[in-house]
Amino acid sequence: MSTVDVQADVQHSAVAERPTVVNDFSFVAATVNGSGSQTANSVLIRAIFKMGIPVNGKNLFPSNISGLPTWYTIRINKDGYIARREGTEIVVAFNKNTAAADLAGLPEGGVCVYADDIPLDRARTDVTYYALPAKELVKQSGADVKLRDYVANMVYVGALAELLGIDRDEIKAALTFHFQGKTKPINLNYGVVEAAAEWVRANNHAPCPFRVEAMAKTTGQIMIDGNTAGALGAVFGGVSLVSWYPITPSTSLVDALNEYLPEFRHDADGAPTYTVVQAEDELAAIGMVMGAGWAGARAMTATSGPGISLMSEFAGLGYFAEIPGVIWDIQRMGPSTGLPTRVSQGDVLSTYFLGHGDTRHVCLLPGTMADCFEFGYLAFDLAERLQTPVFVLSDLDLGMNSWLSEPFTYPQEPMDRGKVLSVEDLKRLGSFQRYADVDGDGIGYRTLPGTDHPAAAYFTRGTGHNANAIYSERPDDWQGNMERLDRKHETARRLVPKPVIDQHAAAKLAILGFGSSDGAIQEARDRLTTQGVATSSLRLRALPLTDEVRDFVAAHERVYVVELNQDGQMYRLLCMEYPELATKFISIAHCDGLPLTARFITEQIQQREG
Amino acid sequence: MATAAKPGDNRKINLIGLERTDYKGNVSTLCAGCGHDSISAQIMTAAFDLSLKPHTIIKMSGIGCSSKSPAYFLSRSHGFNALHGRMPSVVTGATLANRSLEAIAVSGDGDTGSIGFSQYKHLLRRNVPMVYIIENNGVYGLTKGQFSATADQGQKLKYAGLNELPPIDLCAEAILSGCGFVARSFSGDAKQVRELLKAAMSYHGTAVVDIISPCVTFNNHDESTKSYAYGKAHEEPIHDITFIKQYEEITVDYEPGTVQVVKMHDGPTIRLKKLDRDYDPTSKMAALQLLEGAHEKQEFVTGLLYINEGRPTLPELQHLPSTPLAKLSPDQLRPGEDKLREIMATFM
Ligand SMILES: Cc1ncc(C[n+]2csc(CCOP(=O)(O)OP(=O)(O)O)c2C)c(N)n1
Ligand code: SF4
Ligand SMILES: [Mg+2]
Repeated sequence: MSTVDVQADVQHSAVAERPTVVNDFSFVAATVNGSGSQTANSVLIRAIFKMGIPVNGKNLFPSNISGLPTWYTIRINKDGYIARREGTEIVVAFNKNTAAADLAGLPEGGVCVYADDIPLDRARTDVTYYALPAKELVKQSGADVKLRDYVANMVYVGALAELLGIDRDEIKAALTFHFQGKTKPINLNYGVVEAAAEWVRANNHAPCPFRVEAMAKTTGQIMIDGNTAGALGAVFGGVSLVSWYPITPSTSLVDALNEYLPEFRHDADGAPTYTVVQAEDELAAIGMVMGAGWAGARAMTATSGPGISLMSEFAGLGYFAEIPGVIWDIQRMGPSTGLPTRVSQGDVLSTYFLGHGDTRHVCLLPGTMADCFEFGYLAFDLAERLQTPVFVLSDLDLGMNSWLSEPFTYPQEPMDRGKVLSVEDLKRLGSFQRYADVDGDGIGYRTLPGTDHPAAAYFTRGTGHNANAIYSERPDDWQGNMERLDRKHETARRLVPKPVIDQHAAAKLAILGFGSSDGAIQEARDRLTTQGVATSSLRLRALPLTDEVRDFVAAHERVYVVELNQDGQMYRLLCMEYPELATKFISIAHCDGLPLTARFITEQIQQREG
Repeated sequence: MATAAKPGDNRKINLIGLERTDYKGNVSTLCAGCGHDSISAQIMTAAFDLSLKPHTIIKMSGIGCSSKSPAYFLSRSHGFNALHGRMPSVVTGATLANRSLEAIAVSGDGDTGSIGFSQYKHLLRRNVPMVYIIENNGVYGLTKGQFSATADQGQKLKYAGLNELPPIDLCAEAILSGCGFVARSFSGDAKQVRELLKAAMSYHGTAVVDIISPCVTFNNHDESTKSYAYGKAHEEPIHDITFIKQYEEITVDYEPGTVQVVKMHDGPTIRLKKLDRDYDPTSKMAALQLLEGAHEKQEFVTGLLYINEGRPTLPELQHLPSTPLAKLSPDQLRPGEDKLREIMATFM
């Protein structure tokens, strides 16, 4: 098909005779931020997903709008391991500034696909090179000069399709999906894909040592990111007010809300049954959430570490004045502005204790796409049941990368709106005490503003108060109130999601983790098993810690606490909560801005186990 | 049958059958003679006179002596004493969640002019429907007498020393931020405070009423513009206001020929009786000029400085339905299972 007159440019490597690797390798596309490579990468990952092969994509992008290097890694694994790995077998070097380093990072026997206008020093002889005439192919596609840069990345899509054996029909289907059926961009991009694939077929002398082959392991699954999953969960949880201030990596959660709310949340006249307000800062964002939660609406905000810091005083007010609200923290790397586009689990301690004085918050810890969806609505049920702010600690890896999942299950329980007294209730009761522990679970009854009964009103305040919500400095009032809040926290302990436990009777060792690191942990466990080391695992899904956690820890000799931060925050929290078990915990904390890998966890445990 | 209670009328029952005591609050714990208490009294009277339904009112505040005062009026209304400077965002959330609520908020000059300045400006920009009362004493009362951002330049305080910075005029700031109802009064002028509050309570949008309210404990030196002595001597009312709700008998307590009528959103009118100047409260520029001129003379003009009824409120801009978001039924809140299936199909 191609008429490009370029010499075949393949250099056989010394290791090319190795057996072909099928469905178990990774590749990275090294491009320039803002060059439109996101389209190319999402098309590739979707095509592989639709071929039935387990796959995961991780975008390593800079805090920059355009110009800085960005890497998108796709891991393909027939056994379903989708955690990050150190290194990739294949690099697509489309950024001249990083090409030399990208090449140097390849293992022996690796593959380097690059644009031939990049002056690459091909000194390494243990690598197979494919130089693509990217500029020429794009030119011949007939793309408008202004659009050429955007379609240039389709050259590596086409080349990889040919080299790896990615079904070209699936590429076209993925483009159709991406451009929502708009024929013009589909055809333009697919033209480049085809031209590149044909060129590689015509000019390539070396078979690629890595191939994909269709499987049936992803049938019926969805591919989604955690921010979209969380937003959908909130939509099905009846979110009615969203107030937020933009911050990476939480912005796409609100983008998703803005995408789905108009379609699914309006009344018979078409009026929206929700409102989204872009606040002036995170203080105002959570202030609006508190105001709305107090008035009886399901309200949420989404932010990241710096925003959490600003929300501190309101979080304390919400805890003490007992006001429902939901706060998503899509964690990124801190302290300070830190690495805004890199993942971390560094807000565990600050968020659990957010606020001054004695404060402990309910924190949900999603680790899968299904969790993100479920916690999207469950957070509201818990917030209203417990009359308190509920935090959902997701992270950049979960929130912004593409993950496979079973389709989400519709909420099985009706919404829990908590203990709210109606006019009828008040008529029956005659009066009520806002902060009295009538049921022994630490949770009082509240009324909503607007309730038409002379006894409905009470005064909400962050100052000391008695059971009637009247200002009080009496020591017994203060202490009684704090003790009731403790009881409420114990109630929360019983209500929050239970951990996911895989316990082996023979295992002395256990790995305890949470959030996005689960893939790496499960892969590490399988590696350890093959080396004769049996482990159990526990994935936390919430704070406060539930009783199952204590039992699990007690049943093991050593519990490795794996997390993505510098200080071992969850490890410290566990030691604090279970001082009698503290000597069992061993911290494996790591924090370099990248998702955890199975190799790192395996090596850490091997080293310590000797 | 209940009859309308006119200002100063001592008849016991208002139009909705409530007594004055139904609008009372807890006993104040502020200093005896604090200007803030006089304002609380007028809030109660205004709400009684207008026959406002206590259960539809929310009393909101930040932190400060002034912000404590919602506990001292309208006990039959829900109240929320929020954080220092953050009352605006809480009111924004509450009124979006339930647009049938009527918010009456009290703040201080520190609460609004310093720590809460950003929230103040953004609230005004959004035109959140509410009455925003600033009890302005030029000091931080509750923290014992530091200067606030509205303190006069050159003013001396016992502990804080000399203030060399120019004051922020919270009315001018309101006008600049698009607020459509901006008034100033003096806590010692019960009648004017009451009438302005009534007008504010009937306004559709954010109504700012900045009330000079002397702190008898920390800022009542005669040379302070926020003292009683100064207030009485230098107050310059731009007009008398008699607020008349639609169903009230129109009184003749104004001078024919010098009356300007401003029609409020929901029907009632405000009558402005001009005193010594031909003042048009519908002109932004005139209002700003007036304030700037008063500044130079270290005077404060009282009355309705600016009114503009044109702006839609935040719930209107958000196209919210008449059913409050807080009262949506479960099936209005949670889309059906078929919807989830539809969405899931798009990710397959
Ligand atoms: C975050 C925070 N910082 C400081 C304070 C201490 N504080 C309480 S009231 C106040 C000033 C109040 O001044 P103003 O709003 O003018 O009210 P006034 O007491 O004069 O009526 C300050 C600084 C606080 N409550 N919260
Ligand atoms: S200190 Fe000043 S502002 Fe506070 S209550 Fe006393 S007089 Fe009022
Ligand atoms: Mg003050």
